[in-house]
Amino acid sequence: MSSVNTAPATAAPESAAGRNLHRFANPGRFLRLSGKVLPYVAIIGIALAGLGLVWGLTLSPADWQQGDAVRIMYVHVPAAWLASSGYAMLAAASVASLVWRHPLADLAAVEIGPVGAAFTALCLATGSLWGKPMWGAWWVWDARMTSVLVLFFLYCGHIALVRAFDDPQRGYRAGAILALVGLVNLPIIKYSVNWWNTLHQPASITLTGAPSMAPAMLWPLLLCAMGGMFGFAAIVTARTRAAVMERRIRALTLAQVRDA
Amino acid sequence: MTHLPFIVASYGLTIVVVGWLAVDCFLRTRRARARLAAIDPRENRK
Repeated sequence: MSSVNTAPATAAPESAAGRNLHRFANPGRFLRLSGKVLPYVAIIGIALAGLGLVWGLTLSPADWQQGDAVRIMYVHVPAAWLASSGYAMLAAASVASLVWRHPLADLAAVEIGPVGAAFTALCLATGSLWGKPMWGAWWVWDARMTSVLVLFFLYCGHIALVRAFDDPQRGYRAGAILALVGLVNLPIIKYSVNWWNTLHQPASITLTGAPSMAPAMLWPLLLCAMGGMFGFAAIVTARTRAAVMERRIRALTLAQVRDA
Repeated sequence: MTHLPFIVASYGLTIVVVGWLAVDCFLRTRRARARLAAIDPRENRK
């Protein structure tokens, strides 16, 4: 006896986690909640990043070896962290899309892609601007830089793939699979400086050990990173809000065309 | 300070990229809100 699954693609899932996630799948609820939170997130992000950048540019000391060029760190390192953590967010949205068929996760994944790609490009460009005076080269094919370039291509592939299908649902599924496959690149980026002999320096800040950086440099860096995180969250939330409204506009326009 | 052009370029690029992302999503939201207000009867009732 064959059974036919007649449940719609976006049916509410049976698991507790799925039910909790679907409480926030209501577009009206998302717009209301995010509308209240977004201004605070944006203001905190601007304040922290502004403070960190001014501190890093004017008050923090120059490095004894690199001189003032070390100040590029305050934009390069947060961009690198955001590039990687943005991809982790993309993968998390992809899991929510594939497992729980969360409609907002699809939109969030589509909107994270260009923002993550922009921060990855920024990381590569500022790294290049730091590398030229320090190493004498704009670019070398070392493991860290190459793996970050692969991350940029993964973001670009995701952006192209989700828009490549006439049926958006198929694009979301294909993009989610690509995002999860590309997740293997994140540990490669993180440990590339340990696994291979790279020109890029090893990590100065780890979760397990004490940072090998003076506090006068560490604090502005952490402020810039925190500001960047809030800024990234604000931009992705604002873009997702716009995408929710645009989807409603498309649905209403189609309904009007059908009724005409 | 011989590295000044590299530092200025890094900070300038960061401000341009982040500013472009912020302005783009602000304008996109404003356009969507205006269009939605024009065609959605529920928006007009608010």
